[in-house]
Amino acid sequence: MSTQTISLPETYEASRPFVEQLHQWVTTVDHKRLGLLYIFYALLFLVVGGIEATIMRIQLIRPLNTFVSPQVFNRMFTMHGTTMIFFVAMPLVFGFANYLLPLMIGARDMAFPRLNAFSFWMTAFGGFLLYFSFVGGDGLYGAGNAPDVGWFAYAPLTSQTFSPGHSTDFWTLSLLVSGFGSIGTAINIIATVVCLRCKGMTLGKMPLFAWLNLTMGGLVIMVVSPLTAAQLMLMVDRYLGGHFFDTQAGGSAVMWMHFFWVFGHPEVYVLVIPAFAFASEIIPVFSRKAIFGYPVMVAATVGIGFISMSVWAHHMFTVGMSSGANTFFVLSTMAVAVPTGIKIFNWLATMWGGQIHFTVPMLFCIAFLFQFLIAGLTGVMQAAAPFDWQLTASYFVVAHFHYVIVGGIIFASFGAFYYWFPKMSGRMYNERLGQLHFWLFLIGFHLTFDFMHVPGLLGMPRRIYTYEPGRGWDIWNLIVTIGVVFQGAGVLFFVANMLWSRFRGALAGRDPWDAWTLEWSTSSPPPDYNFARTPEVRSRRPLWDLKHPEDPDWHYE
Amino acid sequence: MQPSLMAAFLLAAPYLSPTNIFAPASTPAQSILDLSVFVLEVTGAIFVVVFALLAYAVVKYRKRRSGEGREPAQVYGSTQLELAWTVVPVLIVVVLFLAAARVIASIQNAPKPANAVEVTVIGHQFWWEYRYPSLKVVTANELHIPVSDPLHPTPTFLTLLSADTDHSFWVPRLAGKTDLIPNHPNSLWMDPHETGLFLGQCAQYCGTQHALMLLRVYVQTREEFDRWVREQSRPAQISGPVSEGQKIFERTSCINCHAVLGTSANGRFGPDLTHLMSRETIAAGAAPNTPANLRRWIQDPNTFKPGSKMPAMGLSDRELDEVTQYLETLR
Repeated sequence: MSTQTISLPETYEASRPFVEQLHQWVTTVDHKRLGLLYIFYALLFLVVGGIEATIMRIQLIRPLNTFVSPQVFNRMFTMHGTTMIFFVAMPLVFGFANYLLPLMIGARDMAFPRLNAFSFWMTAFGGFLLYFSFVGGDGLYGAGNAPDVGWFAYAPLTSQTFSPGHSTDFWTLSLLVSGFGSIGTAINIIATVVCLRCKGMTLGKMPLFAWLNLTMGGLVIMVVSPLTAAQLMLMVDRYLGGHFFDTQAGGSAVMWMHFFWVFGHPEVYVLVIPAFAFASEIIPVFSRKAIFGYPVMVAATVGIGFISMSVWAHHMFTVGMSSGANTFFVLSTMAVAVPTGIKIFNWLATMWGGQIHFTVPMLFCIAFLFQFLIAGLTGVMQAAAPFDWQLTASYFVVAHFHYVIVGGIIFASFGAFYYWFPKMSGRMYNERLGQLHFWLFLIGFHLTFDFMHVPGLLGMPRRIYTYEPGRGWDIWNLIVTIGVVFQGAGVLFFVANMLWSRFRGALAGRDPWDAWTLEWSTSSPPPDYNFARTPEVRSRRPLWDLKHPEDPDWHYE
Repeated sequence: MQPSLMAAFLLAAPYLSPTNIFAPASTPAQSILDLSVFVLEVTGAIFVVVFALLAYAVVKYRKRRSGEGREPAQVYGSTQLELAWTVVPVLIVVVLFLAAARVIASIQNAPKPANAVEVTVIGHQFWWEYRYPSLKVVTANELHIPVSDPLHPTPTFLTLLSADTDHSFWVPRLAGKTDLIPNHPNSLWMDPHETGLFLGQCAQYCGTQHALMLLRVYVQTREEFDRWVREQSRPAQISGPVSEGQKIFERTSCINCHAVLGTSANGRFGPDLTHLMSRETIAAGAAPNTPANLRRWIQDPNTFKPGSKMPAMGLSDRELDEVTQYLETLR
């Protein structure tokens, strides 16, 4: 353990009155506090979205169930999808980026601290606005409540004709508001990575985490903008007599689909690229090896970023595009599999010949690899457009994208929670509770989402609040719902672990994992402004160089 | 998968579910399945290889006590290896792409033969309207088409329109799904090789009752189909004096939405009722077409289809009986 880069003693938060602490959190512009706020906010909404999912699963546990009305069910899937994407996954990856990027590149804060706070509160109020619809959505017409148009809100279901009242307006406004927050954070991430790297850290010596988040930031700017534009057009349609998507007046429903998916597909990569970033930091440390093929990993990431912007219409294989257009989007979509495959093989090669430590973060990352492999392969199936004519809008596609988002993004994020928890809280988590969380969640995940593919193959469309017996779907839906119990139990252990460890965990010290990137060179939790003296690096693994002066990385890079 | 295993699986497929995509009964569904099986084989092989590598790495390179205190050899990359796992996936992608492109063209660009049956499908919240323009038939929710002999194909070509929101026509055993989008006519074709009832349902979320917008396709022999067309193209067979039920039907708002050919009812907002009793179900497949169900449906559509666009007319018990009796004469 070296002390050359930092000489501050461990700092402890002096106990202050609650109101003063609250005031500090609300007015903070510190990247670490904003990062934690993002993460807490995401976890809060994870529970809310999880409850919505559970309501749907109870309703579908058997045919012709009457647990909720169709109106409530439709609100549940709309709110579940919108919440999980915009108010869980996005804040989660932004939170980790905010907390870790300055620490990893040896900076004292993000480039624009006040923009950072502004962006967080925009995102936060976007979510609160969405949920206010439960109270305020009745509006002038007494119609509606929470939005019930689905998370991609296809036109013309969103027009005044088919969606009177204000429920759709809450959906539109909340995404508009949180979209501004996302764009602000993306600008901040890009500026931070480009401008604030410490001495010696050239672009080629950044941790992969920084490269991946830089790509994510670029994608957010490119793709959230069209979504924001589409929301504005929808508002013009609804209130100012526009006809962009108003089919009864000659508007185009298909144009909304293009606008939405030109955001919606790259959005998957906005979320999964940070998950790749977590895996790219955790897998090397717990395999005790440098990441395999750093330059190719960077190229594959940037490649995914570009290709992902040319694949959106694979969500629209059934809307009646020409055979030429369908064929093009088959090719572009399948092309994404190449750089993604490179990443999976490079992670495998990183583990190959290493010493794999089965800590909780590593377990989550191994499960991430396994599940992301399957998610990628079911993705290839749906990229073959004719196969997709059967699979899309069925439970198969629901299983597929939950495999990506839960099996990929959420698993990697849980890994990241456990991996950086000692840094963020200064204390170790409880390993036994963590293992319990992992295994319960793994079992629940596979019960739910493996078996969810089957009813899709048997013709069960998504977004139906009930189904008749005799279609061969009953048993699969029962198993899927049972899995929810295990997932919920796993998350309970996670919350218990975080709470218990925050106060009772063993002190972590600065570098509990014997890791190699700069965040582990400062105290846990890091002091204000992170580094007393800004560090200077000569390779991608500055702490490796310090620990192994006889064989430093910069001999090889 | 072993060829014999695959064959056994495909044989059992229709019994697993009446909407199983592995039990195709027409050419487009069959060519989709052939492609799907090929894609499943390729992706299955990739899965086996990569999973084996992952499992091997996890077991073989787990931390051992003997290795403690020493870091493993640091390897930073290998151009040959990385080139290999770039080039091989590129080749696989090219093969899959070509296979998919061929099937896209064969289905989407199939020429329409002169003897094809043409049907216009109009999606409504939450039911299906079927019009046979050259056969002068208008019906709802239950589509009748002739079986197609592979040697002398008589395919059915559907023109897909929507009266309100987006819908999607999906009968998995006959064809892949295609959306019905307002202002955006689409088409879909199928040539069923066997007779019988094929199920499906709306596959694009279209509003409150998306779940109970069910599809029933009756594939009939040519003779049965022709007889069905003859019966359906006749006006309603009403004999004798005008019944009390018909009077109630025609003086309440029923006729704003429903048509009965040969009477003054000519609404187009709801299903055509001219031959209502020739259909096996009501409410877009939500319930069997029995007098009791019909009566309950007229009394309050929300009882078995909450969110349906048909209003409860507030008829008295006697009026309900009369209207039900009248509708039962519409054969």
